[in-house]
Amino acid sequence: MHAEPLSLIFLNAAIVNNFVLALFLGICPFLGVSGKRETAWNMGLATMFVMLVSSAAAFGINWLLTELDLLFLRLICYIAVIASAVQLVEMFVKRFSPALFRSLGIFLPLITTNCAILGLALFQTAKEYDFVQSLVYALGAGTGFTLALMLMAGLREKLALARVPSVSQGAAMSLMLAGLLSLAFMGFAGLGGGHG
Amino acid sequence: MAELPNTQETLTPDTFLRGLWEENPVFVMLLGMCPVLAVTSTTMNALAMGLATTFVLVCSSLLVSLLRNWIPKQVRIASYIVIIATFVTIVDYSIQAISLELYAALGAFIQLIVANCVILGRAEAYASKQRLTTTFVNSLGMGAGFTLALLALGTVREILGNGTILGIHLFSPDFQPWVVMILPPGGFFVLGAWLLLFNWLRLRKERKQAEQIGVTAHAR
Repeated sequence: MHAEPLSLIFLNAAIVNNFVLALFLGICPFLGVSGKRETAWNMGLATMFVMLVSSAAAFGINWLLTELDLLFLRLICYIAVIASAVQLVEMFVKRFSPALFRSLGIFLPLITTNCAILGLALFQTAKEYDFVQSLVYALGAGTGFTLALMLMAGLREKLALARVPSVSQGAAMSLMLAGLLSLAFMGFAGLGGGHG
Repeated sequence: MAELPNTQETLTPDTFLRGLWEENPVFVMLLGMCPVLAVTSTTMNALAMGLATTFVLVCSSLLVSLLRNWIPKQVRIASYIVIIATFVTIVDYSIQAISLELYAALGAFIQLIVANCVILGRAEAYASKQRLTTTFVNSLGMGAGFTLALLALGTVREILGNGTILGIHLFSPDFQPWVVMILPPGGFFVLGAWLLLFNWLRLRKERKQAEQIGVTAHAR
């Protein structure tokens, strides 16, 4: 279990088992903030930061709760830590880049309910990664999330100029695009040792 | 929600029915998409997920509604999350006790109900302002709508991707299943197709209404 090399963990999280396109985590921001490439990029970075913080914190919490034999509190503790990390990012962004704060809008506090982050914390616990492995896993997941968001934003920027039948405008079209992207990412299966 | 903070909704059939169709959390509001796409590869999983989510939704909405006058405004989101997480933990352990097989199939997505925006959305937009009874009926309707959407996806994906429904074979043995439908891309495609269908129905209805208005105006 612990012999898995770091590069494989990274590749696995970023591409083979991409959090958005293969595991269906974080679909809300994926559909909501992928209108423009710049916003998508910033959202990706913010999410990656929260992922790193909460991954490190989740590792500590899991160790502590295992020691105290209080594992049933794990979920509640994880979500509390994620909510605090998001609050931290929100204050940081508001202080240093008010423009970015406005463009992310409601989706910034909603990172709390981004299941990619909670999913990351739960998966790293289930896979029994050690501290460094957890961090690399978080980095990979963040990269994968940003990658998917950027790809989608690029496609949607092109789509805005294309003539689409009025029936398929909006979410339906985005979902079809996401399906095609997901199909493309399936081509990577087997690259990083496959299975999630 | 267009209601004023202190107006109490009166209990009508609409309180329940709204969640099923008009404000369907998945098809109309596009909330809680992650489990919708991830666990709907078979009808059974979809049903189990729908019921689990409905349970959490109803219980947490009730508790939020009960405590709505005691929770300070500044820490409300955190309080809601903790309430939701508590009920999810209950569901998580119950499913583990009832059926390990189901637990393995749903995987981390049971615990991820915490991060389902439908539930937090209900708590924030409805339960924190409304009486216990209306909250109960409304969240039950929302849960039913969510389950309905999950089933709509689950059945289509199972029939196309596996040739079965609830494990019963539908076609002759030489049916070639569309494997892609139970793989991740299939989830996106099927949901996209449902949305297309609803868009088409909506547009058609609007056109008919416009025509009717045109006809009456002409008759005058």
